[in-house]
Amino acid sequence: MMSIMAPDSPSPPFEITETDDGKLTIMLSGPLNIKTASPILNALTAALKNKSLTAVTINLKHVSRVDDYGALVLYQIKNDVLPPDTDFHLLNPPDVLQTMLDQMAAGHSDSPGQPDATLSSKFILQTGEATIDTLKSIKEFIDFIGAIVLSVMRFLKNPKSLRTNDIIGYMKTTGVDGLPVVAMISFLIGLIMAFMSSIQLKQFGANIYVASLVALSMVSELGPIMTAIIVSGRSGSAYAAEISTMKISEEIDALVTMGFDPVLFLAIPRMIAAIIVIPLLTMFANLFAIFGGLVIGITMLDLSASSYINQTFNSLKLFELCWGLSKSFVFAIIISGVGCLRGFQARGGASAVGQAATSAVVTSIFLIVLFDSIFAVIRSYWN
Amino acid sequence: MTDNRAAGVSNLTVRYGDTLILDDISFSVDRHEIFVILGGSGSGKSTLLRQMIGLERPVSGEVFIDDINITRCPESQFSEALKKIGVLFQGSALISSMTVSQNIALPIIEFTDFSKKSIDRIVRVKLSLVGLEGYGHYLPSEISGGMKKRAGLARALALNPEILYLDEPSAGLDPVTAAEIDRLILDINRQLGTTIIIVTHELASIFAVAQRVIMLDKSTKKIIAEGTPEKLQTECDHPYVCKFFNRQT
Ligand SMILES: Nc1ncnc2c1ncn2[C@@H]1O[C@H](COP(=O)(O)OP(=O)(O)OP(=O)(O)O)[C@@H](O)[C@H]1O
Ligand SMILES: [Mg+2]
Repeated sequence: MMSIMAPDSPSPPFEITETDDGKLTIMLSGPLNIKTASPILNALTAALKNKSLTAVTINLKHVSRVDDYGALVLYQIKNDVLPPDTDFHLLNPPDVLQTMLDQMAAGHSDSPGQPDATLSSKFILQTGEATIDTLKSIKEFIDFIGAIVLSVMRFLKNPKSLRTNDIIGYMKTTGVDGLPVVAMISFLIGLIMAFMSSIQLKQFGANIYVASLVALSMVSELGPIMTAIIVSGRSGSAYAAEISTMKISEEIDALVTMGFDPVLFLAIPRMIAAIIVIPLLTMFANLFAIFGGLVIGITMLDLSASSYINQTFNSLKLFELCWGLSKSFVFAIIISGVGCLRGFQARGGASAVGQAATSAVVTSIFLIVLFDSIFAVIRSYWN
Repeated sequence: MTDNRAAGVSNLTVRYGDTLILDDISFSVDRHEIFVILGGSGSGKSTLLRQMIGLERPVSGEVFIDDINITRCPESQFSEALKKIGVLFQGSALISSMTVSQNIALPIIEFTDFSKKSIDRIVRVKLSLVGLEGYGHYLPSEISGGMKKRAGLARALALNPEILYLDEPSAGLDPVTAAEIDRLILDINRQLGTTIIIVTHELASIFAVAQRVIMLDKSTKKIIAEGTPEKLQTECDHPYVCKFFNRQT
């Protein structure tokens, strides 16, 4: 016979009595609750491991209080620590204990983890679900376009129903508030473009063509696309977040029951604002980039301001400007449309808002690049 | 009989995905009646209400607002039906970017031709009706849950609808305010003849306002009892109904 005390937890202690034929009795005392459960479990696990035992009896006579964490200790010892064929007995268990043990033993359907499936069926399931999701989102996209058309018709029938004050508000948040960052970034881009190209052009004494390069590439390509990407990060995501928040808090449902058309109420003002301000922002972006190029031209390339500006105007045709602006018009529709659509698609809790914002930005940047390529293809056939 | 119907559903079955929520439910609410929908938590009361106001479409069955079958009617008729109703959502659903007054004014501006000044006056009346005088310029995020409920009620009342749908109007309110809301519900019903459909758990409210109640059951997904609250309390033939009305476990 031998007797040990739990090594590193003086209170609440337990006492193990082992007989030679592999029978073991554990005498627990003190509270067995959330505070003591973990040390007791660790100590008991250490004490019982690697022993060949035929029967284990736990005497709970001196246990003052048991909660579900205490029950967990007993459950775990019985099921996880001891080999399955060991005889396990509880002496003097309190009434509540058995109920808690039964609840733990009952199925695992309420476990908080992910619903489990085997790896292969998971793959098939996920593929199927992803396909269905994609199809659904294409359908929702088409539905949304239809809803926009309907709303525009509704607005034409009843112009009062358009929220003009909201349009002005969104023009401010999308345009005015976005101007500093657009201006800053395009100024730097103009600076960098001029600097990088001058390294090459200098060798041929073609410094003056830096002005053409900056102006042309900015006005027809970089200006619209940079502005669109910045605005989609700033405002497209904001549209999605605002609308999805309204969606999950039933605000949109409330609008519907009050007889409002949520697309006309929420999406159309944002889209109109975007269509007005994004081309304007693009013009500013062009202007600031040309200014950036001018700074390099004057300071590093010994060009005079007037010759730089002259060269800029000579190389820019009205067509280029219109081409760039029509791109930014299309990008504005993409950014605001996708932002609103993602907002309306949101389902669930707070995480849906984050997802809506993220996917608004990802989708609109993808579509912006896609449409930019389409523009490029059209242009190459045109010429 | 249908002449006297203000709202109702017939053979309504609702599912979320594979889960059956309501199974073949039928009832109708009379004009000028205060009708209460009861049921345990998760029994589908809010779901039923969302169906009754046409926010979701059923798997099968029909939903009526007045004489309009909103499950199969053209868009224009559905808008007509919506003009007859006011809804208070369980979570109030005030537009968070607008003040309480703007929320209440929203439907009034859209659907009437009154001047801004007159609308302000109406809004003031609605605010004091629900005991929110002086809170008109607050944003929904700046008022308490109970106040949001009352602001939502004021918005639902904005156009003096023929039918009022209230999802737990007195949940989260102190007993005194809850009793005031009950009083208000009775007054609206009496003065304007409004049909009122209420989802609630509050026993006191049920006895104070309900003229007829139905009770949904979570396990069978059906209506397990129908009648006046007094009748259900004394002559209950379903154990859950007895427990509910007598607060037993
Ligand atoms: N959008 C949804 N998608 C899937 N299941 C849902 C959805 N909304 C509700 N349910 C399910 O429908 C059942 C009924 O929900 P509902 O909100 O109608 O209950 P309730 O009777 O209003 O409960 P409470 O009294 O707590 O408000 C619940 O089991 C819930 O899980
Ligand atoms: Mg509910």
